[in-house]
Amino acid sequence: MIPEIGHFALILALGLATIQTVVPLYGFARSRTDCLAVAAPAAIGQFAMLGIAFAALAFAFYGNDFSVAYVAANSNTHLPWFYRIAAVWGAHEGSLLLWMTLLSCWSLAVAAASRTLPREVASCVLAVMGAVSVGFLLFTLFTSNPFTRQFPPPAEGRDLNPLLQDPGLVIHPPMLYMGYVGFCVAFAFAITALLTGRVDSAWTRWTRPWTTAAWVFLTIGVTLGSWWAYNELGWGGWWFWDPVENASFMPWLVGTALIHSLAVTEKRGIFKSWTVLLAISAFALSLLGTFLVRSGVLISVHAFATDPARGVYILAFFAIVIGGSLLLYAIRAPQFEAGTEPVAALSREGLLLLNNIFLVVAAAGVLLGTLYPILADSLGMGRISVGPPYFNKVFIPLTAPLVLLMGAAAVMAWKRTRAEVLRSRLWVPLLIAIGLGVAMPLLTVGAGALAAIAGCVLGCWAIATALEDVVRRCRGRRIMLPRNVLGMALAHVGVGVFVIGISLVSGFGGEHDVRLAPGESASMAGYDFTFLGTRHVDGPNFVAEVGDFVVRKDGEQIAELYPSKRRYNASGQTMTESGIDVGFWRDLYVSLGEPLSGDAWSVRIYHRPFIRWIWGGAFLSAFGGLLALSDKRYRRRARAGKAVARDRPRKTAYA
Amino acid sequence: MMRWRLVIPVVVVLMLIVLLGYGLTRRPDVLPSALIDKPAPQFDLPTLASDRDRIRTADLKGKVTLVNVWASWCVACRAEHALITEISRRTGVPVVGLNYKDTKEGALRWLGRYGNPFAVVAFDRSGEVGIDWGVAAVPETFVVDRQGTIRYKVVGAITRDEMNDTLVPTLERLKASGS
Amino acid sequence: MRWLVVLLLAIGWATGASAVDLEGEALARYHELNAELRCLICQNRSIAESDAPLAQDLRAVVAGQIAAGRSDAEIKQYLVDRYGEWVLYDPPLNANTIILWAGPFVLLVLGLLVVLVIMRRRRDSADTAPPVDRERLSRLLDAEAQRGAADDDDSSREHS
Repeated sequence: MIPEIGHFALILALGLATIQTVVPLYGFARSRTDCLAVAAPAAIGQFAMLGIAFAALAFAFYGNDFSVAYVAANSNTHLPWFYRIAAVWGAHEGSLLLWMTLLSCWSLAVAAASRTLPREVASCVLAVMGAVSVGFLLFTLFTSNPFTRQFPPPAEGRDLNPLLQDPGLVIHPPMLYMGYVGFCVAFAFAITALLTGRVDSAWTRWTRPWTTAAWVFLTIGVTLGSWWAYNELGWGGWWFWDPVENASFMPWLVGTALIHSLAVTEKRGIFKSWTVLLAISAFALSLLGTFLVRSGVLISVHAFATDPARGVYILAFFAIVIGGSLLLYAIRAPQFEAGTEPVAALSREGLLLLNNIFLVVAAAGVLLGTLYPILADSLGMGRISVGPPYFNKVFIPLTAPLVLLMGAAAVMAWKRTRAEVLRSRLWVPLLIAIGLGVAMPLLTVGAGALAAIAGCVLGCWAIATALEDVVRRCRGRRIMLPRNVLGMALAHVGVGVFVIGISLVSGFGGEHDVRLAPGESASMAGYDFTFLGTRHVDGPNFVAEVGDFVVRKDGEQIAELYPSKRRYNASGQTMTESGIDVGFWRDLYVSLGEPLSGDAWSVRIYHRPFIRWIWGGAFLSAFGGLLALSDKRYRRRARAGKAVARDRPRKTAYA
Repeated sequence: MMRWRLVIPVVVVLMLIVLLGYGLTRRPDVLPSALIDKPAPQFDLPTLASDRDRIRTADLKGKVTLVNVWASWCVACRAEHALITEISRRTGVPVVGLNYKDTKEGALRWLGRYGNPFAVVAFDRSGEVGIDWGVAAVPETFVVDRQGTIRYKVVGAITRDEMNDTLVPTLERLKASGS
Repeated sequence: MRWLVVLLLAIGWATGASAVDLEGEALARYHELNAELRCLICQNRSIAESDAPLAQDLRAVVAGQIAAGRSDAEIKQYLVDRYGEWVLYDPPLNANTIILWAGPFVLLVLGLLVVLVIMRRRRDSADTAPPVDRERLSRLLDAEAQRGAADDDDSSREHS
């Protein structure tokens, strides 16, 4: 019964989404307030319906209702309850439902905030979001219904993919989807700008917080994915340039460009049509990601069960939504007043323009590498693989200058900065960066590659310049700096930390493949790893051989690690669980390979210096974004908006 | 009034969609052979039946042959087994088996249970010859012509459609050409 | 790149019987090559990152060839002869991949040119403005720049 309720709720959601799209757009075209007013209630209703559908599916999983085909394919009675709930989004149909539910959450948020927006704008934004929702709901109901029943119901489910049975599954996809879907809001604002014909200070003020929020979620989502891969896959790697990883990274790159472009448009009123184009592109890349994961055009560890037929639908949807938006852009963008004010090279807006170029080219590079196998195939060049070696060689030269410029931008003023000012403000951070950047690796991991040290210097440069800016502004002020300034500085510090982490792990990390019998030891980077043997363990839905390792440094025991090899009962799949000793300065990582003759095993030992800095830096940046979001000008505006809504008579046009 | 450079994004996206549409018609998981129209790799292996007999690449010359890579632990091999027998019967082409990373006992038992369509089976315990032939997984099947050149490869179990539409016609054509 | 791996292996003085019979630079080459070769039956993994039977076999092939004294290029060619270029994760630079390798950098150059053109065009349109007291303008701009830096805090400075 419950699944049928869920199914019915989806159909109702489709109806409400259609209303949410068509009626307000009609009201916009004909200037009818009553039609515009339908948008917010429709969004609320859609949220309610999708919430019911999602709850229905979650209930079916929790209650092990194997008559629902999707539940039977992705769950198991022995699966722990939290994984049973998380399994809702473990495969294609359910993850689509998650996507749509989160989209309706964002729509709800926009509807709630619509009191601070002119009615026209709010309704238009909700209508665009409704249109996207309609597309996804149609896709779900016609090709990917999670509530399909099967008869007779199997006694036991096929179990969730063992790779997904990890805490990462609980949080990574929701965060990631919040980011993807959040860029739909920015997209909707961009379409609204094209339809109303105005990109002004008001528009940028509205769009910025939504974009920043989406960016924060996407940053967290991508970072969690990397952290999860490191913990789960057993090879000590944290980024593989896999097509699906790239699919989440490209919107992030363009989204970052968008945040910076919005700052320029808000401050100087220039680059308006570029900002609108970026907003459309960020969401386009989100949709492209959805396509790549589910269509089977590329081989990926992350791909859902692929079906080219579904791919056709998503591609058509992409063509209509993005093709249509860009057509609208081509026609309507000229009406935005193109600023004619000069942009000086030595100015904040000049550097942000460069920032955009580098970020967009980097995203284009990732796109090219990801899709090149298809391109080569289509041009008859045979099958060509494009893997991490390519991406590393291309991406790093494209983004290293970016970090360099980021430091300079921290001290640049708007409109123009004189070279002397630049020099006087930058030489101290430069010295600190070089000093710290060289000293830190020397003191912790020893001498090594120039490239890694250069990367470390670059990261320290980012941190030093961001802090210089904060310190300078604090001087002579008795009150605290506003949060958006602090947030920006923190985000840039996060980037610096991230760059340091990557440089040092890549340059100084090591791995060793050894054969160890119980009692034998191996050494790496000054640490001794002693293998004590394995024991057999029965888990809830797996059996495992758990290894026991003692790690010593200079004779003193510092950790005991338990890497294991699990075999899941339902699927028969084997999984490698690593033993990791987490540290601020380094991780020690042990992984069981294959059992060898006697009681010996082949074992992989990894030394990963500064690897926590990678995720730490990324989370710092995300936190910086959050901080900027909580700036009082948004809170002030929300309060003012409520007052305005209360006092002002209703009007359609906005001032 | 339209500025023409604003049309560039539309054009780019259109090209992208065409590319992705093409991608949907392809199967990226099936790896085409690198050895098509190249001479079959040199090998010299013992046969499954007896250690004293050996089979070499030269033995493939002079007639059209089907080389089928299989193993007793391979489930899909069982699925195509009947079709292999049928192809051999219909076309008169001998099938040489390449037993890949298997045990003699397991392989012989498998043949005993399911029937032996092979004229002879080469026993590649280590899989080294398989690597020379570009074998990634089992089953795989190669069409070798009279000169010992590889002409066609089937990746995965042969389906009835593939047998009727491609394999049998190819074998007939190669037999008829007699070159 | 390779000497770096050797160096850090030396620093790390990794000891313990290696799972393969290679040491020092040969071991470093082994690890590097493994990272550049695709596991053909996996869903997008290198043979360094997979325990699949074929991955193990191919690692053994690489180790054997290194021990036999073959160069990296020879080993890669050996595998390409058998499995096609698909087996290489590092696409070779040839006529087929020129778009791939040159593309991003060409785009970057184009992008920077566009930036240059935009900045120049805007500067020229400003130059056609009536003559101005440069001295006073300079002083005003500097003063505003000072305020501008402090103004990021306050979004009251708006525009249309």
